[in-house]
Parts: sequence; structure tokens; C-alpha cells
Amino acid sequence: MNPSSTSSTREREETGLPMVPEAAEPVEEHKTSTSAVFTIRDLSVYYGGNIALKDVSLDIRPREITAIIGPSGCGKSTFIRCLNRMNDLIPGATVTGEVLYHGQNIYAPDVDPVAVRRRIGMVFQRPNPFPKSVYDNIAFGPRINGFKGNLDELVENSLRAAALWEEVKDKLKKSALNLSGGQQQRLCIARAIAVEPDVILMDEPASALDPIATVRIEDLMQELKKQYAIIIVTHNMQQAARVSERTAFLYTEVDEETSNRWGILVEHGETGLIFTRPKDKRTEDYVSGRFG
Amino acid sequence: MQSQAKPLGDIAGGIAPVPIENRKGVGRRADSLFSVVAALSGSLVLLILAFMVLSTTNTALPIFRAEGISFVTSSDWHPANGDYGILAFIYGTLVTSAIALVIAVPISLGIAIYLVEVAPRWIKGPITYLVDLLAAVPSVVYGLWGVFVLLPLFLQPAAELLSSVLGFIPIFAGPPSGLSYFGAGVVLAVMIVPIISALSREIIQTVPDDDRYAAYALGATRWEMIRGAVLPRGRAGIVGAVMLGLGRALGETIAVALLVGSATTINTSVVRPGYSMAAVIANQFQEASGDHIKALVAVGVVLFAITIIVNIGARLIVWRMAD
Ligand SMILES: Nc1ncnc2c1ncn2[C@@H]1O[C@H](COP(=O)(O)OP(=O)(O)O)[C@@H](O)[C@H]1O
Ligand SMILES: [Mg+2]
Repeated sequence: MNPSSTSSTREREETGLPMVPEAAEPVEEHKTSTSAVFTIRDLSVYYGGNIALKDVSLDIRPREITAIIGPSGCGKSTFIRCLNRMNDLIPGATVTGEVLYHGQNIYAPDVDPVAVRRRIGMVFQRPNPFPKSVYDNIAFGPRINGFKGNLDELVENSLRAAALWEEVKDKLKKSALNLSGGQQQRLCIARAIAVEPDVILMDEPASALDPIATVRIEDLMQELKKQYAIIIVTHNMQQAARVSERTAFLYTEVDEETSNRWGILVEHGETGLIFTRPKDKRTEDYVSGRFG
Repeated sequence: MQSQAKPLGDIAGGIAPVPIENRKGVGRRADSLFSVVAALSGSLVLLILAFMVLSTTNTALPIFRAEGISFVTSSDWHPANGDYGILAFIYGTLVTSAIALVIAVPISLGIAIYLVEVAPRWIKGPITYLVDLLAAVPSVVYGLWGVFVLLPLFLQPAAELLSSVLGFIPIFAGPPSGLSYFGAGVVLAVMIVPIISALSREIIQTVPDDDRYAAYALGATRWEMIRGAVLPRGRAGIVGAVMLGLGRALGETIAVALLVGSATTINTSVVRPGYSMAAVIANQFQEASGDHIKALVAVGVVLFAITIIVNIGARLIVWRMAD
């Protein structure tokens, strides 16, 4: 009994949210391609024995932006944390299934999670620069990785790649905490780039930013995808439609008897198709704003 | 929709505006009463402090006048002859405190980091409680434990070992004694470890997890994460914790008096007996009279000044680090 939800649905339909070009070619799904950056098979996550994410299978391609959308609590963050083994840091979290990174299972027993994270960058919801200078923030990753080249150059290139150089080149020695929120988030992106990963994971990178800073991050992502695969979690469907090539829709399933809840991958594919001709009713309801 | 539309209509129709009236009554009076009480107690603290400084300085003034600068630059302390030079006590206070810090800071930080970053949850609680308990033990207990247990079991053998192995360095030259700067410094360290580690633990706990994740996501190991993310964020607070520990060490009386060896001369070797400012006051006050008493009060004034200087220095460091 909420009169506003129907009206907001109508509004969304009127504004015709997804203005994404039609897919040029049919999307092949669930087919392991050697070019995939990630090949994820039957990925499940448990927190202290309770299942939180169930049987997700998905391929991530290079030089594309993949958006992960879905209602709050459906397991988007849980999913993205699996891709660089950040879930290892959560006591009681267990991961089953396979995450192949260029064909190598990052959950194989002989793989060191520290080494995984050195190849796969991550940007968080709240900008989290270290309480150090701008320069030392960028240099942190290269330094712990034993970088031997020209550090000044690497710092400059990373800041340029994150479209931040012009704004901070005169205050490299100043604390990063003096930057604005949007600048801090681009600094965090530059910091991730500086370890030269080929994937960047972003968990709602713009949700703590104002609209102008958000646009700058989205523009930056378009630049970055020429070089990196980007996976972005967002609960903002317009953002997913604006920035991504492909979209994966996660949704919460509920067991009626035990009232346990877990996230599943409902469908994924070309962003244009997900928003205009979704195969699943739940996707259709979600992208048209019929629920949360 | 109806209920939403109604008040809007009323406002549009021009409801009589309610004038803003100042609040009266108990709430208002409590407010102003509170600020008066706060201001009074604030100025009372300042008054007491000023009174302490003035009255002790006044008592000590004849000694300061008679001795001049040599009061703090000479180490001639012969009350019977009227010689009052306290350099040996200043030296002892600084040396015992420095030894205490050198030993206590790494141990305290180790405990704090272990408790927050490494220890499994079931260990955390008991150890935290134990450390807090140690902070509450009266210093005379530490002093007695130092003399009767630590001295024969550890301090004397350790002093002998130090001087036999490193004796060629003047600061470890023999003949070694457990009752020494070293002995007092070790017991001081035991006393300030609980303080420094408890405060550092709280500071490290306030470091946001976001910082930790940022470091881990760049491929940091746990140690790299601690060094790169946790310690920089907690640096100012940890320095503050160390300074509080130092303050306690500088002023500690009984434990040092029992262990420092009560030698009124300066010894370059830390395994030789010495004295400290607080210890000399405690030991000699009972038997002193006349100028001797005034000289001991003067020692107290200098100790107070040193403590203030250390505190201001600490503040400045913390401020510099905070930005
Ligand atoms: N650290 C954690 N410990 C236990 N449960 C968690 C933890 N993180 C997430 N969960 C649970 O997993 C589910 C998915 O959470 P999350 O991945 O944060 O969802 P989303 O990012 O889509 O909002 C939720 O039910 C949440 O309560
Ligand atoms: Mg989330």
C-alpha cells in the first residue's frame, strides 16, 4: 500500500531510462573463452555457514565495463570481493566454486591471495586514501611490490590516467586527506592503477560523491576501459546503463520455510538487452523500478 | 494523498504564523547554571595550579637565589655543607625514563598490534583485561616486587651479563649492580607497558577498516598493511600514549627510590647506582630540615618544569603529525 511506487515507475518509463544502442550481435553466454579475464563457475559464498551467494557463473571480458546491479543485500559486494580474494579477510567467510583469472584458478590451494590482489585492483565505496601525501598514496603499491623503475614517472602517469594530475601536481607532498571527496576517489583509482593491474573492481565507487564528481568518475571509466577490464557494482541503474557494455543482475532468493536468503545471478548480457528486453521477469521488474 | 495535500492547502491558505518566543523555565536556567559551574571549576583548576607553582617556587626561592644556575648544572649535593647541585638527579630521572621507554615502547606496540590485528578473539579478551589490571597495580607493589623478585632473578644477573659482554662501552662499564639506572629503568618499563599498550590498543582499534582494505587490495601483506596503513593513521595518538607513559616514568617515586641505588653522583654506566629527582625527595624529606627541605622543594619545582616541557613538546609533536 504505497502510492508513490507506481508513480515512480511511471516516471522512469516516461524518461525512457536506458538509451543504450541495440546489441549488434547475439551474446554468447556460459562459454569459456580464452580471452576472458575472469571465468567464474558455480561460485558460492557462505558467511559462518549461511549461504549468501549461490552458484554464480559469469565471464568477464577484457577492455569492457561490466556492471553488477541488484537490490541492496543481494550479494553484489560479496560477489566482487570474491574476484580479488578480499573475502578471505572476513572471518568465517568461505568461497566455493572456481574463479579463473586468465585461466588460473585464484582459489587453488597453492595461490597466495596477496599475489592475487597485486594483479587485481579495487576501489571502494567510500574514498579511502591513506593519511599520507598524495605521492606516497600512489607510491604505496609500487613500493610494497618492489618497483624498481622511475617512481616519480609512475606516480605522474598514474595520476594522469586517473585524470587527477592537473589538479594535484602542485601538491604532491600535501596530505591526500585535504582533497575533495571526488578527488580522493580518483586518487584511489590512480593508486590502484599504479600497481599495473589489468582489472579494476569498483564497489559503488560514486555512491558517496556528488553528481559532478560522479560524472567525472564515469568519464574516467570510459578512458580506463581502453586498457582495463572494469567491474562496477552499482545500485544506480541509470549509471549501469550509461557506463557499461554488459550487465549482470543479481537478486535475492528466499527460502519460504527457513526464511534463509541468498543472492543468485538472474541473468547477464549486453547492457542494452538487459534494460530493454530482459529474459527474466524479475530483471524486467527490477530495471523498470517495480521493486527496491 | 489526501492527508498529504491537506496541510499544504492550509499553509497556502495562510495559517496564523506562530511567533518565535524565547524559552523560559527549568531547561533554560539549567543551561546557564551549567555554564557557570563549568567556568568556575575550570578556573578553580587554574587557580590551584597557579597556587602550587607560586607557593613551591616561593619556598624554594632562597635556594635558587643562593645557588643560581649551578643548582641545575652542578652535581655537588652535600646538604651538610650547604651544597645543592641537582644535576645527578636530573640526569638519573632522564636516564631511567629513557631506559624505560627504550624497553617499553616496542613491547607495548607489539602487544597493542597483536591484540588488535593478530590475536584470535578468544585470546583478546583475557589479555586485554590482564593488561588493564596491570595498569592499576600500585607502584609500591611494583617496587617491592622489583627488589625482592626481579633483582635477584633478573636485574643482577642481567647487569652482570651486560657489563661482562659490553663492558668495554662506557655506558655498560662495571662493577655491575642490579640496583642501578638499569634496574630502575626495567621496573619503570614494566610499569608503563600497561599504560602505553592499553592506550595504543584503543588508538589502533579506531583505525577504520577501510584503511586496512585499501592496503590489502594493493597486495599488502599483513605486516605491510600494519606499517603502511594502521601505524600512519595512529601515529599521533601513539606518540601521545608514549608521552603519557614518559610522564609517569619521569614522576615515578617509590619504585625508583627502591631500585635506583641512591648514589648522589653521576655515573655514566647504566649498570651503576644513581638517583632520580622524585626518589631523592622521597628518601631525604623525612630527615631534612632548614635549607635542605627548601632544596628538596626546589628539586620538585624543577621536576614539575621538566614534566611541563615534556608535555608541551609532546603536544607540539602530536599537532605537527596531525596535519
Ligand atoms: N562480513 C559479513 N559477515 C556476515 N554476513 C555478511 C557480511 N557481508 C555481507 N553479509 C551478508 O551477505 C549478504 C549480501 O551482502 P552484500 O554482499 O553486502 O550485498 P550488497 O552489496 O548487494 O548490498 C547480506 O545478507 C549480508 O548481510
Ligand atoms: Mg554492497
